[in-house]
Amino acid sequence: MAAILRAPGLGAVWGTVRGLATAVRQAEPATAGLDAKQMNLCSAVNDALHIAMDENPKTLVFGEDVSFGGVFRCTVGLAEKHGKHRVFNTPLCEQGIVGFGIGAAAQGYSPIVEIQFADYIFPAFDQITNEAAKYRFRSGGEFDVGGLTIRTPYGAVGHGGHYHSQSPEAFFTHIPGIKVVMPSGPRETKGLLLSAIRDPNPVVVFEAKMLYRTAVEDVPTGDYSIPLGRARIARAGSDVTLVGWGQQVLVLEQAAKELAASDGIEAEVIDLRTLLPWDADAVAASVEKTGRLVVSHEAPLTSGFGAEIVAAISDRCFYSLEAPPLRIAGYDTPFPLVCEPLYLPGVQRVVDGVRRLLRA
Amino acid sequence: MDFPGGKVPFTEDLAWLGPGFTPRPTIPCYRALDSQGAPLPGTSLPHDIDQALATRMYETMISLQAVDTIFYEAQRQGRFSFYMTSTGEESTAVASAAALNPDDVVFTQYREQGVLMWRGYTPLDMANQCYGNALDSGKGRQMPVHYGSKALNFHTISSPLATQLPQAVGAAYALKLEGKAAVAACYFGEGAASEGDFHAALNFSATLSAPVVFICRNNGWAISTPASEQYRGDGIAGRGPSYGVPSLRVDGGDAVAVYNAVAEARRVALERRGPVLLEAMSYRSGHHSTSDDSSRYRAAEEMAAWRARDPVARFERWMAVRGWWDEARGVGARKAARREAIAALAAAAKQPRPPLSEMFSDVYDEPPPHLVAQRAEVEAFVRAHPETLPAGMPLE
Ligand SMILES: Cc1ncc(C[n+]2csc(CCOP(=O)(O)OP(=O)(O)O)c2C)c(N)n1
Repeated sequence: MAAILRAPGLGAVWGTVRGLATAVRQAEPATAGLDAKQMNLCSAVNDALHIAMDENPKTLVFGEDVSFGGVFRCTVGLAEKHGKHRVFNTPLCEQGIVGFGIGAAAQGYSPIVEIQFADYIFPAFDQITNEAAKYRFRSGGEFDVGGLTIRTPYGAVGHGGHYHSQSPEAFFTHIPGIKVVMPSGPRETKGLLLSAIRDPNPVVVFEAKMLYRTAVEDVPTGDYSIPLGRARIARAGSDVTLVGWGQQVLVLEQAAKELAASDGIEAEVIDLRTLLPWDADAVAASVEKTGRLVVSHEAPLTSGFGAEIVAAISDRCFYSLEAPPLRIAGYDTPFPLVCEPLYLPGVQRVVDGVRRLLRA
Repeated sequence: MDFPGGKVPFTEDLAWLGPGFTPRPTIPCYRALDSQGAPLPGTSLPHDIDQALATRMYETMISLQAVDTIFYEAQRQGRFSFYMTSTGEESTAVASAAALNPDDVVFTQYREQGVLMWRGYTPLDMANQCYGNALDSGKGRQMPVHYGSKALNFHTISSPLATQLPQAVGAAYALKLEGKAAVAACYFGEGAASEGDFHAALNFSATLSAPVVFICRNNGWAISTPASEQYRGDGIAGRGPSYGVPSLRVDGGDAVAVYNAVAEARRVALERRGPVLLEAMSYRSGHHSTSDDSSRYRAAEEMAAWRARDPVARFERWMAVRGWWDEARGVGARKAARREAIAALAAAAKQPRPPLSEMFSDVYDEPPPHLVAQRAEVEAFVRAHPETLPAGMPLE
């Protein structure tokens, strides 16, 4: 299939040269052989938090309704095990939660704060973009808030409407000084969250709330981490590169399966995992191989993070591209309730998009 | 002494004011009825409630209870995705609404459906919104209970907490500039009062002299967070005077007291062209929402004790004392209210969804070119894959 669709030329040569640099990278976490048990994404988060609190007495966990276990039950049992002085409810104020976290982090603590829904992170935006992100830079490196981790559930769930569905990651990828992580499943979430907590920079972790209960898989019970800034090849393929993050990776994997079954198209699915800094090398290596790029996200198209990827890859892989890169995203409206199925870049839209791209 | 920051007296005492030093007295809670509904002698009642008004208030509260019970059940049966009851706070919503004028502009949080019902929003209107059907004035775009009505001067509910507070202040200021004899009434929970927007709103309302009536529903809980973890000091009312806002605490379960407090608040706000803050003390007798199970974080005895103080039963007893109500009428009214709520759900369930053509309207006044193009894309997609169109949704 790939041979038919890709005309070898100058682009392919460039592709080979650039691809070599990343060919040896190991994308899968080194979790093979670890004891594992079935966990959903919520338990995976909980597990990571227990490990972090055990390992570092300066780790704190707080936010709205956190002490009874959180509205999504991610913090269950933490207060009982690690103490109410380390795991506590705050007053209902997101700017307060993040500002308080910044202060504690600047004093050497490792606060893991919960913003109840990503839709409600905006009151804290000033603290994140003007404070957490610039703490180190503005002090000439004397102060930093690297201990700060912000966890927040994001994304569509089927009935959340405007304010329980949004994917606001692109606002945060525009902030030099923080890292942005969006894991795609339970195993990924535990390993990435532990890296985020241990990373010496402030990190925002968007958790796929639709998967809290629905995604269940074997997750290592012990400690492991997945490096930030490194993408994962979720499915290998040679005809087209599909890039996504968070719960959209599942949509892309499903679309890839359908394309293989019905059209014999082998799509490579890349789970970006970290959006800031993102693994351009991994995406470029794949695109140099496939010659075609599709980026897909739930967030609205305009100024979504897909734009950044397409721009960077167009720049790096111009001569390997056999078709214009394609973005399949949410539409440029507020997140709707009854039109949600049409608003979202679902499997069918991705399949259609890939077919169009391969016909081009 | 005149400092630029204020005219203040001097003292030789290095004395702290506040908890642990010189605590300020707790603002007492104004009430007219005891916990059973017996009228308390000597209550100051500047605003009379006559029989017709009392009857309408009572019937609205009964209707509210019926809608809450039946819609809650409907949600449990999976008829729609979400619901929130106002159990325990019926009198706060309905009696306050009764004390406002229809020209007053209302901003709420989400647990104040009684205000809308008082203004004429029907159980059918509510059912249409909860179903997100073609008759929902919000065009099926928001989650259930996010009502709104321009005709009823009720700004559409938005989930982000406390955002409505500074907005209400701006609206009140606009009403003042226009010379209207109307206030903005702004409802919010004690949890929401922890947001920065609360503090911005109180400060703006005082400095810009906006005729706004802030009505805090202090029901003791913000999801699982008890008021004791939400604030220290003298609650929400205690904050008002520090901002320069006259404040009053009222028993939110006492419809007679709430009515008087709000009628008086409105009068003061208009007369002084400035803000007033009320803190209605009550209890969230239901779960936070259909997504919550409050037995996880609060004691069954606490819930039972408060349920026994049902505000509607209290008001009913007060009316009975006056000879304005009897058991048989109450039973009949409850039955009728249940029937209306059930019929509303049945009727709303039969309506189609809003048409696909509404997917891109109202983002702006007119869709810009990129939305026109996206709309064409969705229409083409639906033509190619008719099965992707949500059930019951027409194209136009
Ligand atoms: C900005 C923001 N943060 C968090 C939430 C999630 N949330 C919804 S309701 C609620 C509790 C509100 O409690 P309160 O204001 O006391 O009102 P009540 O529900 O008791 O009526 C929370 C935390 C939200 N909707 N908006």
